[in-house]
Amino acid sequence: MASSDITEGASNGDRSFESALSCVRVGPDDFDLSTEVAALRAGEPGVGAVVSFVGTVREWRGDQADAAMPSTLELEHYPGMTERSIAQLIVKAWQRFDVRGVRVIHRVGPLAVSDQIVLVAVTSAHRTQAFQCAEFLMDWLKTQAPFWKKESAGGEGRWVDARTADDDAAARWGHVAPANAVGTALAPKA
Amino acid sequence: MKIQVRYFASVREQLGAGEQVTLPEPAEHLTDESTPQTVGQLREWLARQSPVHATALHAAKGLRMAFNQTLCSADQPLADGAEVAFFPPVTGG
Repeated sequence: MASSDITEGASNGDRSFESALSCVRVGPDDFDLSTEVAALRAGEPGVGAVVSFVGTVREWRGDQADAAMPSTLELEHYPGMTERSIAQLIVKAWQRFDVRGVRVIHRVGPLAVSDQIVLVAVTSAHRTQAFQCAEFLMDWLKTQAPFWKKESAGGEGRWVDARTADDDAAARWGHVAPANAVGTALAPKA
Repeated sequence: MKIQVRYFASVREQLGAGEQVTLPEPAEHLTDESTPQTVGQLREWLARQSPVHATALHAAKGLRMAFNQTLCSADQPLADGAEVAFFPPVTGG
């Protein structure tokens, strides 16, 4: 049983945490952008804008610029918390933007260069809300959802460092959440 | 008080996926130092368990903490049966 909280003028969907959770998929499987967008648009004649973002694995060559070995990426996550944290972001997005459908897919496990990693797709009546909502979700996902990337190339591996640029991108939405990369908000007091 | 501790990414590589810890019950003669009552104090208590714990949990690059699968600060109070996780800053997306 889904508790529905219908916002007039917004989507006529269920805006609960459980509903947000059903918009999220985390797992090893690849995704197809066309299929996901078609599903979001199905039976939604009020949709006038679809915005999607796909993140892909960028090549990494370690410290040897001319290394011929292909690089790989391993994505670790915190099962349970990952889905919960993304669903919480979607609930915040629903409160903030006049959007209809939301889909977030994030892959985990071993990935190769050029593989798809993440999909954020949003539908709305007009483009502005969909653009902003997609960007909001990506910015916050990068600093709040518990994923970790480890890059390897030519036998050399390293955990990817968090970037302060990502904290800055998230902060411009004006939320008061702790910075991820170098913030001391979560550090022990002692 | 029993706490399920979980580690991820570089912290997991040093300490394993996690451990179940049983903390001494708070007693009046004991100070916060000996009986952790917050997530931050649990981190310090764990760091005293071995040199490897100390290294992993005192890593320079800002350890993050979660209480029952939600990001939290060091002053988050502990609770019996809670799941507490320690991990480096996140790098998804």
